[in-house]
Amino acid sequence: MMTLDLDTLKRMVHGIITTRPDEIGCDECFEQLDRFVEMTLAGKNAAEAMPLVQDHLERCRDCREEFEALLAALRARLIGGG
Amino acid sequence: MTERTNQEWLTALRGPGRDEALVDLRALLVRGLGYALAGRSDLDDSALEDFAQEALLKILAGLDSFRGESRFITWAQKIAVRVAFTELRHRRWRDVSLDEMTGNPDSDFIPSTLVDPSAGPEQQAIQRVFLSTLRRIITEELTDRQRQALVALRIQGMPLEEVARRMSTNRNALYKLLHDARQRLLKRMMAEGLSPKDMLAAFEP
Repeated sequence: MMTLDLDTLKRMVHGIITTRPDEIGCDECFEQLDRFVEMTLAGKNAAEAMPLVQDHLERCRDCREEFEALLAALRARLIGGG
Repeated sequence: MTERTNQEWLTALRGPGRDEALVDLRALLVRGLGYALAGRSDLDDSALEDFAQEALLKILAGLDSFRGESRFITWAQKIAVRVAFTELRHRRWRDVSLDEMTGNPDSDFIPSTLVDPSAGPEQQAIQRVFLSTLRRIITEELTDRQRQALVALRIQGMPLEEVARRMSTNRNALYKLLHDARQRLLKRMMAEGLSPKDMLAAFEP
């Protein structure tokens, strides 16, 4: 069987050790993502204001991908004025 | 294109101005998706139009759930991005099944030894103890489904959403399942006397 490579294993171990009991799931993250992304865009400290969303985005690749894409869309719109 | 406040969007989409508002919203979503998915060579304009169209249906169906905590267009774009990524992940992984090795997974996906050039002798000793414990407790503490999901995510590199689809669950429930797995493993590690601080130091990413 294939085994985990070193980097993936380290990330997995790190994920286990930093597990917190109050983590939110993808649904709750999605609910709050529009507010989180607007704060980020406004240069406010979204991570501090919404730490559970930040924590989820660090752990969940699917949600992080969507956050980054949404941020890119809004940032471009802001610059483009549309 | 008319600039609208949140209330104006909601009123227009629910009232006689709906057709015009839909045209405007669709155009905004398509443009936003173009930026959101910039750099992907596997997409053309018609794909963006399709994503926007599907998103519009979801947006209209979910208007009552918009709580006004952001700009309406941010909320709508969020839904369009979700629609697009769901479809793109589905396309990318369509022909891939959960690996046969995930059918009856044990803990063999955790290596028993590591070649970690960045670790000193003391760290390597901690790593060895830790890995052997981890291999054992993954077998003892986790359910088959938890191990199966772990292998699909970590070895196959499959997105959470696609693993969930194949396991007849959804992304949120699968995240919770894996959160539970991490909690169990951490609790057991502590019970076995492994110090989180030492482990973090030995496995610093």
